[in-house]
Amino acid sequence: MNKHTLSVLVENKPGVLARVSSLFSRRGFNIDSLAVGPTEHPEISRMTIVVNVDALPLEQVTKQLNKLVNVLKIVELEPTASVQRELLLVKVRADLATRSHVLETAQLFRAKVVDVATDAVTIEATGTGDKLEALIRVLEPFGIRELVQSGMVALGRGARSITAPSATLRSVDRPA
Amino acid sequence: MSSPDSAALSGAQSLVRSLESIGADVVFGIPGGAILPAYDPLLDSTGVRHVLVRHEQGAGHAATGYAQATGKVGVCMATSGPGATNLVTPIADAYMDSVAMVAITGQVPSAAIGTDAFQEADICGITMPITKHNFLVQAAEDIPRTIAEAFHLASTGRPGPVLVDIPKDILQAQTTFTWPPRLDLPGYRPTLHPHSKQVREAAKLMVTARRPVLYVGGGVLKARAAAELRVLAELSGIPVVTTLMARGAFPDSHPQHLGMPGMHGTVAAVNALQKADLIVALGARFDDRVTGKLSSFAPFATVVHADIDPAEISKNRVADVPIVGDAREVIAELVVAVKAELDAGHADPDRMTEWWMQLNRVRDTYPLGYPEPTDGMLAPQYVISRLGAIAGPDALYVAGVGQHQMWAAQFVRYEKPYTWLNSGGLGTMGYAVPAAMGAKVGRPDATVWAIDGDGCFQMTNQELATCAVEGIPIKVAVINNGNLGMVRQWQTLFYDGRYSNTDLKTHNKAEQKRVPDFVKLADALGCVGLRCETAEDVDATIEKAMAINDQPVVIDFVVGQDAMVWPMVPAGTSNDEILAARDVRPVWGPDEV
Repeated sequence: MNKHTLSVLVENKPGVLARVSSLFSRRGFNIDSLAVGPTEHPEISRMTIVVNVDALPLEQVTKQLNKLVNVLKIVELEPTASVQRELLLVKVRADLATRSHVLETAQLFRAKVVDVATDAVTIEATGTGDKLEALIRVLEPFGIRELVQSGMVALGRGARSITAPSATLRSVDRPA
Repeated sequence: MSSPDSAALSGAQSLVRSLESIGADVVFGIPGGAILPAYDPLLDSTGVRHVLVRHEQGAGHAATGYAQATGKVGVCMATSGPGATNLVTPIADAYMDSVAMVAITGQVPSAAIGTDAFQEADICGITMPITKHNFLVQAAEDIPRTIAEAFHLASTGRPGPVLVDIPKDILQAQTTFTWPPRLDLPGYRPTLHPHSKQVREAAKLMVTARRPVLYVGGGVLKARAAAELRVLAELSGIPVVTTLMARGAFPDSHPQHLGMPGMHGTVAAVNALQKADLIVALGARFDDRVTGKLSSFAPFATVVHADIDPAEISKNRVADVPIVGDAREVIAELVVAVKAELDAGHADPDRMTEWWMQLNRVRDTYPLGYPEPTDGMLAPQYVISRLGAIAGPDALYVAGVGQHQMWAAQFVRYEKPYTWLNSGGLGTMGYAVPAAMGAKVGRPDATVWAIDGDGCFQMTNQELATCAVEGIPIKVAVINNGNLGMVRQWQTLFYDGRYSNTDLKTHNKAEQKRVPDFVKLADALGCVGLRCETAEDVDATIEKAMAINDQPVVIDFVVGQDAMVWPMVPAGTSNDEILAARDVRPVWGPDEV
């Protein structure tokens, strides 16, 4: 099995997320992560879906996704040809004895401290899944109180954009 | 296209105007609270006939039968909650068999959505996996566009059911009506035109293969490509098999037709696919009932797979030459490409001689047939073959699901497209009577026979009341073996004859009781009821039914319970394990692959 990152442009309409996520479950595919948000076009949302499947089932799920009327475009983003990022917020125990070590660790990972309490700090980090995993590993000995992680978002490298040009977004007129 | 007109009216009036404008001449439905506003303007509509059914499931299957018989979009209507959920089975049925259907449901008022209001059900959520698409209408002004989009989605590309859910307040709101609306479906672009390189590739294989088969599925009927198919078959000389969904797409009397493949297909058709070196699949989807155990299906075959739905290609069997496109365009282009190959002299004229000898030997050795019953009862296969012979190739045959369905697929000779309707993918018992009703509404001049089992018939026979009251004179042949016959057959074969819950006691010989008595039931439902229990009476009873055209007719054919459907590929096994009859495994000649 291999991880694949799909960028899916969808119409920004009610129920689209449910259509996409239920399609994955009823066709028997597991989603590793899913992130959805607005794009530069207000009527279009972009989903970044990470799935763990072989090439043939990936082709099938892509075709099934394409059949959803609200799906406009699907592009697979290769890890080497795209920037892939996740966001992590982690609350770590940090009393007077350990605080400086925690802050140092955060700095090493170019993470930011976004909240401070007497015995804990909350760190914000972005990066690839691997980097965030490494950060969590290093922070674990201090004591992780709570953490939350976003789904991956990704953008292809270079000047090209996957956002459909206006030509492919025009309406289909009813045949006479 | 008519010039856009604009008028002030209610959402409900806008809905009815939309249906009139799009050419929906019949709607099958039942009113109820949330859809009530729509029924008021329906009363005055001259363009739309509403057929008041007795159960929403009947409305759904009637819409399907109408669509399958006419090629137009079938429309059904129901209220919110239970009305809508009763449509779920026929919607799922239409989805599996790719039938163009639009279901319109009332919904509780917008403000009440999500509050568990009276008769509230999230029908859009419920039908998401069984519709091609669905809509919850958000504003009255969206009604014309949504209806137009629903019809467009249902009828183009790979057809399928589309549901439009309309909250009651939106039906009651004041709005304006503009027609034609501008469709807004930026993500919907079905591929109709095949890639010519792929078509040429397929044509090359078709003229060089030594053991080719055309594997024809329901997509050929959906694309209305039966005429093109015949040209392609005769031009190429390739044997043809037609799936359960494609019966009638190629004449049964045609010498190149080997019959139906699959679990209860002919030995010749199953054998042809298993031994083929080339399978050209046209609008077929390699369903498990056709392939048997997938890993051992057609082990020697190169596969050309043409389908309008890219997701069907390589879903079950990997295609060597995938072709995405409308079956009619694909076949028409294949004709041109095959002709070019033949004209260029690229084909060895004797390449299929041995293949045809082999196929003809199998066809002659294992023809479709059935043993005479030893219990003195009427043979169901005899009834169905006589029905087909008497009603003829212009009649429409609409089957339920089970033994009678398989016998109807085997023993009626289909010569013309759109004369065979059944529930293939979902296998919906209770399909026959309402679907026959819909077919008869769409094709009032045709003789429409429902061939039903006693189990199926008891699921939806209330629609005979609709037929009687609305003047829809269908004919029903109940193949009454007193049992859930197909389940009983499996119990005979795979459960040591332990008949758990399959005896329906519709003709309990020991107690001389019939529960229900189908003749009396027919009478109660406003139909003519006839009964036939012996082979001698079969023709006369069918002819009597054929002579009645002002009323629905039901014939209770009392048949034996031990008849079984053969040939059979036991579920989950390889097609090579086909049994021509019980304990009869075909022997392939030594010269065969």
